[in-house]
Parts: sequence; C-alpha cells; structure tokens
Amino acid sequence: MSQTVDARGLSCPQPVLLTLEALQKSNQGQLTVLVDTDTSKENVLRAAASQGWQEAGVQEQGGEYRITLTKG
Amino acid sequence: MAAWGNISATRTGIIAVGAILGVLAPVLQKLGNPGNMGICVACFERDIAGGVGLHRAAVVQYIRPEIIGFVVGALISAYIFKEFRARAGSAPIVRFILGFFAMVGALVFLGCPWRALFRLAAGDGNAIFGLLGLVAGIGIGVLFLKNGYNLGRSQTTYAAVGWLLPLVMLGFLILMLLFPQIPDKELNTILFYSVKGPGSQHAPLLISLVLGLFIGIICQRSRFCTMGAFRDLLLFRQIHLLSGLIALLVTAFVTNLVLSQFKPGFENQPVAHTMQLWNFGGMVLAGLAFALAGGCPGRQLFMAGEGDGDAAIFALGMIVGAAFSHNFLMASSPKGVGEYGIVAVFIGLIVCLGIGFTMRQKI
Repeated sequence: MSQTVDARGLSCPQPVLLTLEALQKSNQGQLTVLVDTDTSKENVLRAAASQGWQEAGVQEQGGEYRITLTKG
Repeated sequence: MAAWGNISATRTGIIAVGAILGVLAPVLQKLGNPGNMGICVACFERDIAGGVGLHRAAVVQYIRPEIIGFVVGALISAYIFKEFRARAGSAPIVRFILGFFAMVGALVFLGCPWRALFRLAAGDGNAIFGLLGLVAGIGIGVLFLKNGYNLGRSQTTYAAVGWLLPLVMLGFLILMLLFPQIPDKELNTILFYSVKGPGSQHAPLLISLVLGLFIGIICQRSRFCTMGAFRDLLLFRQIHLLSGLIALLVTAFVTNLVLSQFKPGFENQPVAHTMQLWNFGGMVLAGLAFALAGGCPGRQLFMAGEGDGDAAIFALGMIVGAAFSHNFLMASSPKGVGEYGIVAVFIGLIVCLGIGFTMRQKI
C-alpha cells in the first residue's frame, strides 16, 4: 500500500515532521512525498536516509518534486 | 545519493560555509565594523531602521550594505541554481509579529544568534547566557512543533512578489549612493549616519556589499541557519546544521586570535551588558520567535531572496520592531536593559506563547 504525504507550501520543519511521522507509521514499503522547494527536498531525503529509507526516484514537474522513498 | 546535486548542502558543504562565515565576520570587524559585530543581522537591521529615520537613536544609524548583499546575493544564487520560487500567504501578519518580537528580544540581549556566536568567539562571556536563552527559546518552540503548531501552507505566486524585498534592498543601496555619508554630519538630506557609536563604525561600503553578496550566495545554497541548528538537534537529533554552526565558532575564535580581537571576560565587552538574566531572557523570546517562524534572522533574509514573501514580511517585522525598540526604550545599551526592556520581554513571550498555543491547524 503506497502512501502520499503532501508537504507542498509548508515551511521548515513541517515537511520533515510529516515525512518522519509517515515513515515511522509504515516502517516499510513505499512512501511518496510532494514538496515544492529544493530545501524541503534535501531535508526530506536526509531525514529518510537517517531512518534507513532509500530514495527510489525524484520527479520534477512545474517547480514541484515528487519524491519516492522505499524500505524493505 | 551523490550530494543530491548540491554540494554546499552536504555535511562538508555546511561545515565549509560555517568556517567561511567564521573568518569573514572578524575580518569585517577588522575592516571597520563594530566590536564583535562583524556580522549581526539584528543589529544591522536596527541600524537600517535608524538610517532611514524610523528611530532616532543617534549611535545606531547606518544603512548596512551587508544586509542588502544577503538578500540580493540569495536572489542571484536562487536564479543561478534555478531555485527561485515565489511563494507567499502563510499567515503573513503572524510572521510580521514574530519578526517584531524576535527583534525586541534580540535587542534586549544585544545581538542575533550570529552575533551571540561571534561575541562568544571573541571572549565575551555574557554571550553564554544569550546562547543558553536562545536554546531554551528554541526548545519551547520545538514543544509547539511537536504538538502540531504550524502556520499553514504558502501559495505559489507571481515572480514579482518574490522580487519585492530584493528591490526594497536595492532601493536602500541607491539611496546610499544618492545621499552618501558626509564626514561628521548626522544627516544627508534624508538619510541618517551616526557620527559616533557602533553606527559610525563600518567597513567600506563596497567591501561590505561584496562580502554580503558572497555570504548571501553561499548561505542560500547551504541553507545555513543558526536556529535550525538547535531545533534540528532537539527535534530530530540531527546535527547537520549544527556542524556548520560549530565550524563558525571554531574559525571565528581562531581568526579573532590571529587578528588580536580575542579578549576574554564579562565586563566592558563591546556593545554588551552584564545583566545575565536579561541576556538570557531576551534570547528566550528571540529563540521562540525564530522557531515559530522557521528560521533565524539570517535565514529569513536568504529565504526572502529566493522568493519567500513570508520570510520577507518577517524581516520587515524585525526592522519595524527595531524602530519600536528604540523609540519605546525597550532596547538595551552597554549600561544595561532599557527602561521598558523587561516588560517588553514578558509581553513578547505572552504573544509568542499565544501564537504557539492557538495556531495548530490540521494540515
């Protein structure tokens, strides 16, 4: 079951808070995070890596990023 | 994960940026900026408020080119690296009020978090109490964040919205060129220039501007943030931003030693007072306001440069807060806290706590 976190328009540290909350809930599988700044993208990837999640792709569209994270 | 395409935002990158800032600030002091104030975002915005006559504290009036450089440098960097995103609309009035009280608190201590670090790195022991207050204030902010505090989403908007604060800053620069400082004169037509005190001490305009631009570029790229350094440690146990802050402290200490600017002690430190409870209390207020607004005063300027209209409002709130701080006798001086400084800290804390308790919309 793939989950999506929509962190677009949210300022620091909300995107990371929401991502970590979702990661800790599911513990493994796939998570998609939507952000709209480069800072948020970097922060989400850094936080995910610290929890042992892998980046499975980042797609950019119209200034927004769709980050796919996987574990397990 | 090769650096996620941005080397300056890696651990090495943030440490390098912190280390560069730690060298540049003491050098700016050597070149003319006030004591332990090579860079101070709060003090410099306060000086700008004085330079354009929003307050009439004669010793702190000068449009600081560093601040202009921070915003415009971040704008340039954001365009070069395709990170400019005009956005606005996340509770702007709250951000203004947070900026206002962040400045009130910072001027009770006499410095922003950057200056607190530079003061410590030059041996000013009073800064320890300010930094402890800063961490305590951020700690309170972290509790609010853990309990769902947020100011809601911003909206993508016209690019021109993101240009407004950089244009205001360029306007200040043009005014400085049209109405330059006249030696020993307090006023050139419309701009105020201190003839004594910290406002009269400054590096040459061009050097301040160029170094400001450079700092704006590297900080936009690296996301350097002094508030974030402590917040991420308390909230996520992450030391990414903190590692940059520690690098700054180390290189500033060494540079001060090399330049003979290291003078350990508590008494008679430049632009500082020894009322430790209020060094602490002022920064509790500032730290809480920064945490609720999502960035230290420097970071707010860099975000404003990359198009964040809400960060721009926070910066304007700080400038207005500085004007009120001096007009209403809330700002400290080397003699101690201002007549209404202590009551201002309490009012600010009540306001910030109110914001923290009441703004928890479901995302």
